[in-house]
Formats: sequence, C-alpha cells, structure tokens
Amino acid sequence: MTPDGTRGAGLVLLLAGSISLLGIAVAVATSIGDFHIGLRTVFWSVTNGLGLTEIDIPKIEESVVWNLRLSRSLVAALAGAGLAICGAILQALLRNPLAEPFVLGVSAGASTGAVCVIVLGLGAGALSLSLGAFAGAFAAFGMVALLSNGATSGPNHTILAGVAASQLFNALTSYIVTTAGNAQQARDVMFWLLGSFGGVRWPDFHLLLIVVGLGLAVCLLLARSLDAFTFGDEDAAALGVPVGRIRLVLFGVTALVTATIVSMVGAIGFVGLVVPHAARFLIGPMHMRLIPASAIVGAVFMVVADIMSRVIVAQQTIPIGVVTALVGVPFFAIILYRARPQA
Amino acid sequence: MSIVAQNLVWGVKRKTIVSDVSLSVAPGETLGLIGPNGSGKSSLLRLLAGLRRPQSGRVAFNGQDIAKLPRRALARQCAFVQQSAASDTNMSVRDVVKLGRTPHRSALSAWSSADEAAVRDALTRVDMLGHAGQPWMTLSGGERQRVHIAKALAQEPTRMILDEPTNHLDIHHQIEILRLVRALEMTNIVALHDLNLAAMFCDRIVVLQGGSVHASGTPEEVLTEDLLQEIFRVRARVATSPYHGRPQIDFLPE
Repeated sequence: MTPDGTRGAGLVLLLAGSISLLGIAVAVATSIGDFHIGLRTVFWSVTNGLGLTEIDIPKIEESVVWNLRLSRSLVAALAGAGLAICGAILQALLRNPLAEPFVLGVSAGASTGAVCVIVLGLGAGALSLSLGAFAGAFAAFGMVALLSNGATSGPNHTILAGVAASQLFNALTSYIVTTAGNAQQARDVMFWLLGSFGGVRWPDFHLLLIVVGLGLAVCLLLARSLDAFTFGDEDAAALGVPVGRIRLVLFGVTALVTATIVSMVGAIGFVGLVVPHAARFLIGPMHMRLIPASAIVGAVFMVVADIMSRVIVAQQTIPIGVVTALVGVPFFAIILYRARPQA
Repeated sequence: MSIVAQNLVWGVKRKTIVSDVSLSVAPGETLGLIGPNGSGKSSLLRLLAGLRRPQSGRVAFNGQDIAKLPRRALARQCAFVQQSAASDTNMSVRDVVKLGRTPHRSALSAWSSADEAAVRDALTRVDMLGHAGQPWMTLSGGERQRVHIAKALAQEPTRMILDEPTNHLDIHHQIEILRLVRALEMTNIVALHDLNLAAMFCDRIVVLQGGSVHASGTPEEVLTEDLLQEIFRVRARVATSPYHGRPQIDFLPE
C-alpha cells in the first residue's frame, strides 16, 4: 500500500508538469496566427504587458500578442477547464457517464437567448448578445430546476427535465430563425453556436477567471461529498452528506459556469463530456484529484483545439466545436479501446 | 446506544406505508425485522436511520431526537447498509471503505492516522484487507457486501441498520455476514427474509405487517406456527434446535 505522503509528492510533480504543459500550449497558441510571431517576442511581449520588462520589440507584434492572442488563448484555457469541471461534477451527481455541461438545457437556452438578440434585434452589440445568451441559459436552467423539484427528484428525473428544456428551447430557436431570419442571420447563429474565440478580450478573461475560479473552489470544497455519491443518493445521505443542499449548490455552480462560457464563446461541445473520462482514466475516480485533473486536461485540450482551428485551413478559422470533436473523438476512441472490459 | 421509535407514521401520497410503529432496541442488542414483501420493512429502516423524515412520531438515539441532529453527526452514530448498493465505479476496495470516513473528515482535512486505523480495522473485520487494492468491479457479490459493511464500520458508528444484507449471497456468506454483525458491540437492526437465520442470530424479533408491528419478542415468543400461518401464509412446524437451542422452522409443502 502506498503511503499517502509519497503519493502526494508525485501528485505535486504531476501538477507542476501539466501546468508547464499548459504554459507551453498557450505560448504556441500565441505565436501562431495570420502572421507568425517568434516565441522570444511572445515572451517579451508578455513580460512587457505584465510591466516586468521594457524591452523594445515591434509595437504591432507586441500589441497582437498582448491584446489579441494571449487573452484569446487564456480564455480558451479557462473555458476548457470550466466545461471539463462541470462535466465531471454532473457525471458524479447524475451518476450517468453521458452527462455533460449542456444536459441541464443550458446551451439550448443560451442559443435561444442569442438568437433573440441576433435575429429579433433585442438590445444591440456584442455585450447584449452575451447577456441574451446568459439570460436564456438561466431561463432553461430555471425550468429544469422547477421540473425536477429543485433537482431533488433523483438523477433520471433531472436528466429528463433537461431533455424537455433542451427540446423546448431548441424548438424556439429554430422557430425564430426560420420565421424571422434571413440566410445571413441563420449563418451567424450557426457559427456562433459552434463556438468561436474570435473577439474575446481581457475583460472576458477577467470575468471568466472569477467565475471559473469560484466554481473550482466550490467544487474542491465539496469534492469529498461528491465521492460519497458513488453508490447513490441514499448512500451519500447515510454517510452524512446533506444530499439535497449539495446537489442544488453544485447544479447552480455548473449552470453559472456553463452559462458564462456559452454566452462568451458559444456552445462548445464534447469537451465537457470527454475530458472528465480521460482524466478519470489517467488519475482515478476520486474527486479531490479528478476535478483539478479535469480542469488542466480541459484547458490544454481547448488551447490545442484553438490552435488547430486556426491552422487546419489557411486563412480561415474552423468553428472550435468542430475541432474539439474532430480532435477529441479519435483520442477518446483510444481511451475507450484501452479501457474496454476484459472479456 | 439505544434506539427508540415512537408512533412513526410515513407514507407517499395518500398511501400509508408505516403506520404507528413504536419499538425500542437496548444497547448492544440485535433486533431482527421480518415481514412479508411490502410490509414496510425498508421504509421503517430508513425512518430509523434518519434517511427519511416521519410524517409524525419520532426516533431517538439515547433519548435525543434524531430530527434535531445534523446529518454528519447522525452518520457518526448510525451506519446504514443497503441491500446490494450498486455502482460502476473503478474505485479500489480501499477507496470505497475510505468513503466511510466522510462524516469524520472536513472538506480539506488531511488523511489522519485515526482514519487509516479505522479503515484497516474495518477491512480486517470483514476479512478483506488482502483485497484492499482490488478494483470494485472485479469483486463478487459476497465480497461487495462485505466491503459495504466495512465502509459502514469505518464510520465507527455505535448503531448499525441493515436492509436485507444477505440478499443474493450464498449460505456461507449469509451466515458469515450475520455472525460478523452480531459479534459487533453495537446496537443493530437488521431486516431479514430468512426466518431461520433471524431466529439464529437475533436477540429479539419484530414482525411487521401492513406497516404496523404485529408481534415482537424473543425468537421463541414470536416464531410460532400460528404466526407463520397468519402472516406469511405458510404451514410450518417449529421446534427447538438441538444444535443451537433457537427455534428451528420446517416448512411444509402442503
């Protein structure tokens, strides 16, 4: 039996290693783009931006790195981390391996909200698009909470409520697009739904940092309670976990994190479903380790997907949701294959 | 360590499932709960363990109303073992038993030597220490049930409530589990289907029918031929076993 002490040291090493990996991915993501910027320039731009140095480098390059690319790839990292954490939490709470951040109807609600802004022209500008998406996401989550008695009616009931809300809001979206929209608007909506990191800036990063950081902290505080759900709600209650309260808090947190991400960069699929499984495969099912591991794997995965979305086709950005699936599925297939039950 | 229930009533919608049940279990005693399917055994056990709130009546541990205890405090006093709780987790046996420490640990506290000792002791008592590193999915039904009991023991409770813990187990494991439970210096309430096992391992027996207590007393007092006919609708002959001195039931085919 390994003493927990030495295992802890190994974990710290693993954590340091994976954070460096994330750093490298972000650096590469920042260096690649419509025109290439050397890693050295990237490094100095960042230190200049942080006010640590005042090295003389071309102003345009510095501005592109600091104002456009760095914020973009950091938002990508946070979005990946946030979605992966939400997926891990929902898979545990709903005891369903197919659970993912959008199972509570959040993405469907967000798209309805966004469509209301894009097509019906409620409000104006990018901010109101995000606000519309956020409002829609919470409307859908509210409906799910209502249909499942504040999420106390058991996992399957909650999932069914999520399916009902998703169907309703997807139908509303389609209705609005087909009756009121023109071809260009429909295309805008479609593109937005598949996700894009184009146009994110530092304020987006700051908001996301607060929301995802808060979500991560709450989830880590409740990690042990989540473990207690392994054998179901009743077993968790018998182990002293206030099941109803924990469930409501965690559903609320995942809805908030997911809605914030979706309203900012669109409904990026696949990450929240697959990354927790990959993390579980790498590090085991205990949530005190699984949650940070999911966050880091999700962050690296999303940054890499963002790089791919910009280099697969020259001079064109593929929607990020397309890339996450294209890159993720083969990778997931390998895990599924290796983890298959030994017959 | 006593458990006292007074006038418990519980139901869903308009159907009453537990109606006016009172019982008391003395410290260190093992109480058997028997009754036909649908007699309300499982529901009553959940009320006694504080997992459901009675519509009226109350349950007290050492005279204290459990409705007033926080969940964590309750879980340190009373463990509940479901009948074959399932999961498709790939946790190890040791990690499953560690879950039993949940009510003793705060959100971020480190794994203590007391936690470690409790887990080792629990694994030893169910004879699963050698399987500590084995994945849950690879265990047999009997091993899983023993791990569930080890998880309950790791809570270091003074009371244990078990809902048909011997379901789906072969006779060896049925006897092994009940012998283990009985040997614990705890107050136990255990629902059982096998009446001969109930007679063999319980100090007292409560017979439940239609949600109410039909009879209660020692196995000799309760397990009579008339009661078996009336409650379980079987013809049987009851004798005192020459081997263990408890009632021994022979069921008749006609």
